[in-house]
Order: sequence, then C-alpha cells, then structure tokens
Amino acid sequence: MKNLSISLISSLALLAFSAQAKADISVDNAWVRATVPGKTATGAFMTLKSDKATQLVGGTSPVAGLVEVHEMLMEGDIMKMRAIPALKLPANTPVELKPGSYHVMLMKLKTALREGETVPIKLEFVDASKNKETIEIKAAVKPLTEKSGHEHHQH
Amino acid sequence: MSIISTKLKSGRWQLVLLATFVALSLSLAVAWQGLWNHQETIPFKAASLENADFGRAWPVDAGVVDHHGQARSLSDFRGKVVLLFFGYTQCPDVCPTALHRATQLMAALGQDAEKVQVLFMTLDPQRDTLEVLSHYVPAFDPRFIGLRPQPGAVADLARTFQVFYHINTGSSPDTYTLDHSATTYAYDLHGKLRLAIRHAAAADEVTADIRRLLNE
Repeated sequence: MKNLSISLISSLALLAFSAQAKADISVDNAWVRATVPGKTATGAFMTLKSDKATQLVGGTSPVAGLVEVHEMLMEGDIMKMRAIPALKLPANTPVELKPGSYHVMLMKLKTALREGETVPIKLEFVDASKNKETIEIKAAVKPLTEKSGHEHHQH
Repeated sequence: MSIISTKLKSGRWQLVLLATFVALSLSLAVAWQGLWNHQETIPFKAASLENADFGRAWPVDAGVVDHHGQARSLSDFRGKVVLLFFGYTQCPDVCPTALHRATQLMAALGQDAEKVQVLFMTLDPQRDTLEVLSHYVPAFDPRFIGLRPQPGAVADLARTFQVFYHINTGSSPDTYTLDHSATTYAYDLHGKLRLAIRHAAAADEVTADIRRLLNE
C-alpha cells in the first residue's frame, strides 16, 4: 500500500512535471505565399510566441516533401538565404517570421498553392531539455504579390 | 571746354557702370547656370552608373530566351526604359518584393508605363523552366518578361552584369537555395545602363528616377 501510494505520488509528480515542461506556444497570422504550376517551393510566415524558451526545428506538411526553417538576411544589397537548424523562441517574446527575415520553407511542393486555400503545417519544437512538441496550424494562402501579411491593414 | 570734358567724364562713368552691370549680370547668370546644372545632376535617388563598363549585353552564347522561348537580347528593348532584375522564382521574399515594387511603379506611371519594360532574369535555370517563368513573371504584371539563360551560362552572365550569386547546398540535390544581388538595373531609352536601384529603395523613389529617365 505504501509502495503503491509512493508510485502513485511519483507518477502524479511526473505527470505534473511533464505538463509544466510543455511550452504553451501560440501561432498568429500564419500565411503562405501562393505558387504557380511548376514552382516547387514557397515560404510560410507567422508570429510565434511561447511561454517557455524553446526552438522551432522544422515541420511537416501534406503539401510539401520537405519543411525547413530558413533565414534570410541582407548584406549590403546581397540577399542571403539558407536553412538553419533551429530558430530560438525566448520565453514570452513574439518572434515574427516575415518577408525579409525568417520563414518556414515548404519545399518539394506536390501541388500549386492557390490564393484562398489553406495549408496545414505541423511545426516541431524542441526545448533545451529535449522536450518535443508539435503544433498543427492552418496557413492561409495569400497572393504571389503579397508583400507582407499585414499589408492590407496598413492602407 | 569744361562742359565737354564733364560730359566726357560722365560718359566714361556711364561706361564703367554699364561694364560693371554687364559683368555682374554675367557672373550671376554663370552662377545661376552652375546652380541649375548642379540641380540637374543630383536628383537620381539610385546610384548612377554613368560610365559603367559592364552590363551592356548578355554574352551571345548565354542563349537567353524569354518565357515564351524566343531568343532575346537587351537591344530588343531599345526605346524603352528597361528594369532588369536577377533572381529565382523559389526565392520566398526578395524577388516577389522587387517584382511587387515594379508593379507599383507601373501603376504610378499610368500611360508612361508602356514605355517601360520590366525583365526578370533567372539565376536558377535548372529549376526555373520556361513553364515556371511563364506562370510566375506575368502573374505580377502581364507586361513583365521572364528571361532564362542556358544552365551552363549563368556564371558568365552574372560576371558580365557584376551580379553576385552563390548556391547553398540543400538537404537534398533539388532543395538548394541561392544568395544573390538584389539590385535592379535601369537602362535609359537608348539602351545605356544608368542606375543601380537598391533593394531597399521605395516604390515612389524608383518612380521618380524612372520618370526622369523617360523625360530625358
């Protein structure tokens, strides 16, 4: 009986611990740039916020063969773009994935993405203690010519 | 006698006054002219490439074709102000942003937009087939033309136009990305390379510069 209660308490504690360890991650304004037939990659943009420090490490999507986290930066008038292993999300700090900065790159697209559709994407996060978390989002497909996700609000 | 001499004297003074006046007017005119010329040379917002010894034409063996597959040279567009941008369609933001700015320019120019030709040259002919280019480039504006060099000719072409590009290997052979110059070149009505427009330049700055080229 004593053993049972100890194991019960410890499993409850473990449960409580793991519940606490799980970060609460919010995803806002997720959108994807529309593509044209034959174009096999596009960027997904959004604002991520986590209540605990974690990292976005990648993802999956039924429309893409490969999902990576990419970084874009300007050096003088040269645009540099590459895959990065992880994007850090500090606790309670919104991180904007936007044109001219970070984005989730959907590669090896299986189909053209048209304006008005939504694209499901599972985003994968891993924190410093190797806790994994997956969040499924639905990103709206915006026109090819979209400059940023907020453009329409600025006018 | 004294009357005559006085008259002569006053005549001489008048002459001196007149000469001074003429000299002053001349120097004012010269100064004004200088000021005027000075104003004439300043207004371009983009970097001026007056004496550029590059980017006159693409190498003949680059085999550049438009998105319909027709062979094209830069001189085909003489008589128009040409905006030339180098990029690739998988580029998630710089290229669409540059093309979007070009659509804003066309809208701002109104009727004069007919005298402007926007060209998008891919640095990634491997993946940017004519099919992709024919869907992608006119999606911004049906008047825009996509250009594609032969896959083996990109390095030579880029060198000829002083365009930097670098291929970053991806996690699989077909998922590489490109670093590249985001500068747009502007050619005047005579086909001369005139301006290097920075990626950060706003649409209204570009419009002002292009208007100036159109009014020359």
